[in-house]
Amino acid sequence: MATAPDIDAPANPLDSFRAEVRAWLTANFPPSLKGKDNAMSAVEGPHTNSPEEDAWQTAMGEKGWGVPTWPKEYGGGGLSRAEARVLQEEMQRAGAWNPIGGMGVMMFGPTLLEYGTEEQKREHIPAIAKGTVRWCQGYSEPGAGSDLASLQTFAADAGDHYVVNGQKTWTSGGQWADKCFMLVRTDKAKKHEGITFLLCDMDTPGVEVRPIRLISGSSPFCETFFTDVKVPKANRVGAEGEGWTIGKRLLQHERSSLSGGGSAAGRMFAGASLGQIAKRYVGVDGEGRLADADLRSRIARHEMDLRSFMLTLRRASLEAKSNQGPSAATSIMKNVGARIMQERSELLIEIRGFAGLGWDGEGFEEDALKDVRTWLFGKAVSIYGGSTEIQNNVIAKRILGMLDHQ
Amino acid sequence: MAVLTEEQTMLRDMAREWADNEAPVSAFRKMRDAAPAAGYDAATWAAQAEMGWTGILVPEAQGGAGMGYVSLGLVLEQLGRNLVASPLASIAAATSAILLGGSDAQKAQWLPRIAAGEVIATLAIDEGPRFDPAKIETRVEDGRLSGTKTFVPEGDSAQLFVVAATDGLHLVSGDTTVTRAPRHLTDSRSHAQVTFDQAPAEALGGGAALIGQVADRAAAAAAAEMLGMAESAFAQTNDYLKTRVQFGQVLASFQALQHRMAKMFTELELCRSAVEGALEAIDSGRANVAQEVSLAKAVANETLHLVSREMVQLHGGIGMTDEHDAGFYLKRARVLETQWGNAAWHRDRFARLNGY
Ligand SMILES: Cc1cc2nc3c(=O)[nH]c(=O)nc-3n(C[C@H](O)[C@H](O)[C@H](O)COP(=O)(O)OP(=O)(O)OC[C@H]3O[C@@H](n4cnc5c(N)ncnc54)[C@H](O)[C@@H]3O)c2cc1C
Repeated sequence: MATAPDIDAPANPLDSFRAEVRAWLTANFPPSLKGKDNAMSAVEGPHTNSPEEDAWQTAMGEKGWGVPTWPKEYGGGGLSRAEARVLQEEMQRAGAWNPIGGMGVMMFGPTLLEYGTEEQKREHIPAIAKGTVRWCQGYSEPGAGSDLASLQTFAADAGDHYVVNGQKTWTSGGQWADKCFMLVRTDKAKKHEGITFLLCDMDTPGVEVRPIRLISGSSPFCETFFTDVKVPKANRVGAEGEGWTIGKRLLQHERSSLSGGGSAAGRMFAGASLGQIAKRYVGVDGEGRLADADLRSRIARHEMDLRSFMLTLRRASLEAKSNQGPSAATSIMKNVGARIMQERSELLIEIRGFAGLGWDGEGFEEDALKDVRTWLFGKAVSIYGGSTEIQNNVIAKRILGMLDHQ
Repeated sequence: MAVLTEEQTMLRDMAREWADNEAPVSAFRKMRDAAPAAGYDAATWAAQAEMGWTGILVPEAQGGAGMGYVSLGLVLEQLGRNLVASPLASIAAATSAILLGGSDAQKAQWLPRIAAGEVIATLAIDEGPRFDPAKIETRVEDGRLSGTKTFVPEGDSAQLFVVAATDGLHLVSGDTTVTRAPRHLTDSRSHAQVTFDQAPAEALGGGAALIGQVADRAAAAAAAEMLGMAESAFAQTNDYLKTRVQFGQVLASFQALQHRMAKMFTELELCRSAVEGALEAIDSGRANVAQEVSLAKAVANETLHLVSREMVQLHGGIGMTDEHDAGFYLKRARVLETQWGNAAWHRDRFARLNGY
């Protein structure tokens, strides 16, 4: 995705910053990693880093540029938005990618910066900025998915700590995580006001994770059981009973990152265009047009959707410059992003015919096999992080001012 | 629902009862996990043959029941509901070819054995990843057939291939010079690449026109299976919404979901009519079979596409897990959508048949 030229920032300071970024990238980004971003690692679990990848992560982590706009005192880059954009442009130019990611960066970090105590920020943010600690999200429970506030996992007050009992489910990356940010119930009588935000080490005795296999064949998430798990009160973010407010704020960050606001969408839609792939598999007519007119029109419709989505993302980011953080409009973005991604996958499957439906083994191109898994895993993007239906409810109620049927 | 004869009603009820009790989706799951090379469970298949389903299309004179495509469709629909991995549809396609183009001798040679469930037969048309009967390069010279067929359903176990060549359909025995390379698709069924090198072949009558007629019958059979899949995926989703509680209410109480279910239900009704219409058109030998089949396959593709997506979405996280059946419907749906012409292909042909 092309980035908008920066209109209102003064040219000179950014020029010198640009030169600095360029020089730093030349010195630190291993050319062998050009364009070798492992975009699937979030889905398929961490892979073993090569020495080059390790070096690149360490360099970015120490510079704080994996989280460019986070405060310097906690290990962030301390950059302005304009500078962060320059960094992104220069990284793109160099074929470099951000090795620091995950739930710590996407959702937990920004939330802790807002609600955490000084000690908590000093303890957790630098490790997220360096990419050395992995976080998972303990929100959903078997009976509490869309209706998150009905969660039952209970944290009993035991003086200087809580004793946590209950079951979480769909914990993405639970088997690889070091720590978990979770919502627990500290008061059974109240619904929303009885919820508290806790941080738990995954190796605390009594925490047990069981991986669950998805329809895509991979097992990127788990059921997580808590049996008499001791969590120090120092690991509580915000006051007791304030968890719902904090937890919802975190969901806003989750939604805005899932909408593809970052580079995720760019990566997802990079590579050969659908039209070109289709020409290869379907052929062309006498005038060089895709031979299947029906498919041709549907690909065009999809590409138009995608472009209007990209333009909307750009417009929103320009408009948000003055605003604070993500707005209610992230609900729209998440839904459109999910729809477009799923449509793209379905079109790829259709274009390739049987060659696009391979599961494993002989006779299929690597790209095609990957796209099949992406197609299947991609069905989750309209479910997690607040399903499409729930976002539509949010749009109707909060943006359009419609009434709550429940 | 089409008006069924007493015989057809019995056949349907028996098939439904058998599939629900003896071959539910859990049996498909077992088969998937065991992954037999044939792509189906031998004992389950033996039971189907035992019930005479292999002879539904075969005339009584050759040991079958001579019941026709509506009857075949009823059975395939029940199999589809339960995702039964069965070579029945492939066998029916091959049977159609022999019925339409076979000489008396060919009929006498193959049909009784097919009716008795002794032969796994299949149809091999495509030479690329997309259905394209206009692009066939397989040739026959001096009764020897050479060419490569891709993604042949039941290609791993077939003993008789009905193969499309430039001049029409040919019968090739699986015992001869045939090389099979398995191709594992998302649906965990058999789809092999099959290469024929100077394989002894016997031509069927009817020339190249027969290819289209047989492909239409195969497409109609696929549409019947898809109708059953869509029905079942829909029913399971409907049941789930009535039991899953969120926000203190069953999901079925949310109007946003009610309207989506109502839409799917409507599409399903249209789909049933289109599929039954195609099967009836074949049985009564109407002149517009091609058009009716294109209608049925396009509508079945769209309907199952919609329902299989919604099944996953409306089940939420549980629908994303392998332990739930929703993914099986989704994965099989795309394979059947691709087989014997996707919706775009059939819409295009529908337009051409109507002169625009
Ligand atoms: C791959 C994957 C990864 C995940 N990772 C995590 C994670 O790391 N941590 C975590 O805590 N959770 C995670 N989740 C859980 C996810 O947030 C939930 O699945 C999601 O909130 C939906 O809840 P549910 O699965 O219980 O579905 P349900 O809430 O039962 O919903 C079922 C269907 O009903 C619809 N629905 C529900 N309520 C309404 C309503 N009021 N109006 C209209 N429609 C409605 C839903 O949209 C959905 O289509 C993950 C899920 C998936 C699939």
